[in-house]
Amino acid sequence: MRPAAWLTWGALAFFMLNLAALVGAVLVNSFSTRWFGTWWPEGFTAAWYAEAWREYDLFDVLLVTLQVSLAVVVISVLIGVPTAYALARRNFPGKKLLSLLFLLPILMPPMTYGIPLATVLYKFHLAGSTAGVIVANLVPAVPFVVLTMTPFIEQIDTKIEAAARMCGARTSAVFLRVLAPLLVPGILAASILVLVRTVGMFELTFLTAGPDSQTLVVSLFYSVSAAGIRAQQTVDAMAVIYTASMLVLLVIALRFVNPTQLVTRLKDPAQ
Amino acid sequence: MTTVALRHRLAERGVDRVLLLLVPGAVFVALLFLYPFLYGLQLSFQPKDGGGPLANYRRFFTDAYLRDTIWITLRLGLPAALFNVLASIPIAYRMRGRFRGKRLITTLLVVPITLGTVLTAEGLIEYLSPVGWFNKVVMALGLVDEPVRLVHNYWGVLLSLVITGFPFAFLLTLSYLSGIDPTLERAAATLGASRGQRFRYITMPLLAPGLAVTFCLSFVLAFSVFPSAVMVGEPQGETHVISIAAYDTAFRDFDYSMGSAVAMIMALVMLVVIALVLLWRTTLYRGATGGKG
Repeated sequence: MRPAAWLTWGALAFFMLNLAALVGAVLVNSFSTRWFGTWWPEGFTAAWYAEAWREYDLFDVLLVTLQVSLAVVVISVLIGVPTAYALARRNFPGKKLLSLLFLLPILMPPMTYGIPLATVLYKFHLAGSTAGVIVANLVPAVPFVVLTMTPFIEQIDTKIEAAARMCGARTSAVFLRVLAPLLVPGILAASILVLVRTVGMFELTFLTAGPDSQTLVVSLFYSVSAAGIRAQQTVDAMAVIYTASMLVLLVIALRFVNPTQLVTRLKDPAQ
Repeated sequence: MTTVALRHRLAERGVDRVLLLLVPGAVFVALLFLYPFLYGLQLSFQPKDGGGPLANYRRFFTDAYLRDTIWITLRLGLPAALFNVLASIPIAYRMRGRFRGKRLITTLLVVPITLGTVLTAEGLIEYLSPVGWFNKVVMALGLVDEPVRLVHNYWGVLLSLVITGFPFAFLLTLSYLSGIDPTLERAAATLGASRGQRFRYITMPLLAPGLAVTFCLSFVLAFSVFPSAVMVGEPQGETHVISIAAYDTAFRDFDYSMGSAVAMIMALVMLVVIALVLLWRTTLYRGATGGKG
């Protein structure tokens, strides 16, 4: 191998080693009875997980997270896929403007539109409830579905639809029996990505959630802010639970989506 | 003109009943993105304490504590985005083609996405603490005499931004690189171009527009830094970033008008940086990269 290659792989290995140690520190701490100043904790226990589960009402939090993310996935697919279909199949005046409008919520930092959005949601008494959190999370989710589904629909041959019509299929039949089966892989991929994004979305949920509508990320953030009262190990245990669930989602996602192709499909959003 | 003729003429321009499918999506974006944004914009011109429509903006730019947030955020966001993009180039460059272990390395590089800001922050605090593993090793090796302080300051937030932002930059760069036809490089090789020349004159010009987009997206991600600036930074001092200022004014002081003004300034700064990068991008080669991508 050449020196440049050695340097690249060496730097990468150094980065990965530090990252592994970083994650390891949290993992070890979440299982340790007491650990301060030494190389290795005094003993191990799983009690912090039980305590975190109780202390932070993790069952309720996970339930809310599940409700929010599933609702966001279903609604964003229902709104996004028809839009993507129309954008993929028709050229009409104002199409560029509309596409730009669908791009902005993904391109803007959530904080910039999140604050006005939360203000509006508070005005209509939607914020502070699970419904408000769902609505806020839909704002980047719907454009995301549109953006990922449009190229997917573009590559489906229009002749298939024409052939179905020739054979006498009605519009509803074309959609349900011809297009829908072809769209399933794309919808599945988009859904999983929206799911991962929603579970990980901090800002919008943080701005709109009330005490009973926090998702796991937000509840985790509050537990860090309220640390000092509780042992750091419980926070770590909760962080490990979060990462473990995200890891499961990512592994599922990687089975359906090739990460490199995913971004190629999103290629050049600026144009 | 009869209705049938009109419908035909519209259909020629692409306007027909299929466009009805756009209605839910368009209404949704208008109602939940455009309306709140414009509402926030007009709210920012109606200061809570009066003083003319521009009072909020005047306050932002005269109050050093608020004004400096722009500089603080840029000082974090630009280096983080730049590092993430530059570091992904050599790694992605070596990941082209097929080789054993490629899937493993890609997976390892994508995994940090799952960490989330809190685990990253907790990890940084514990791993880099004065009695943490990092300082123990560095001191055992005799590299430093006293523990290096890398959290609860600028460096902690920068590290957190690199850890969470690198996977995205890497995936994007890799996908852009995979879209470049490898035969172009082979053609250059048969004409006698060395490795360095092939990278400099073939790959780089084709990759640069993609890198500009990658940089923009990485920058947006880093620019909106919020939780990590609170947890591993010094939120009231060195890492008082603009999102903290926006959040604090809107939801701690309940000055929605000022909060919206800060959010608008934040959006503007971000758009200016992105516009500059995209402007530079228009001077680059744009065309087929020969790949399937």
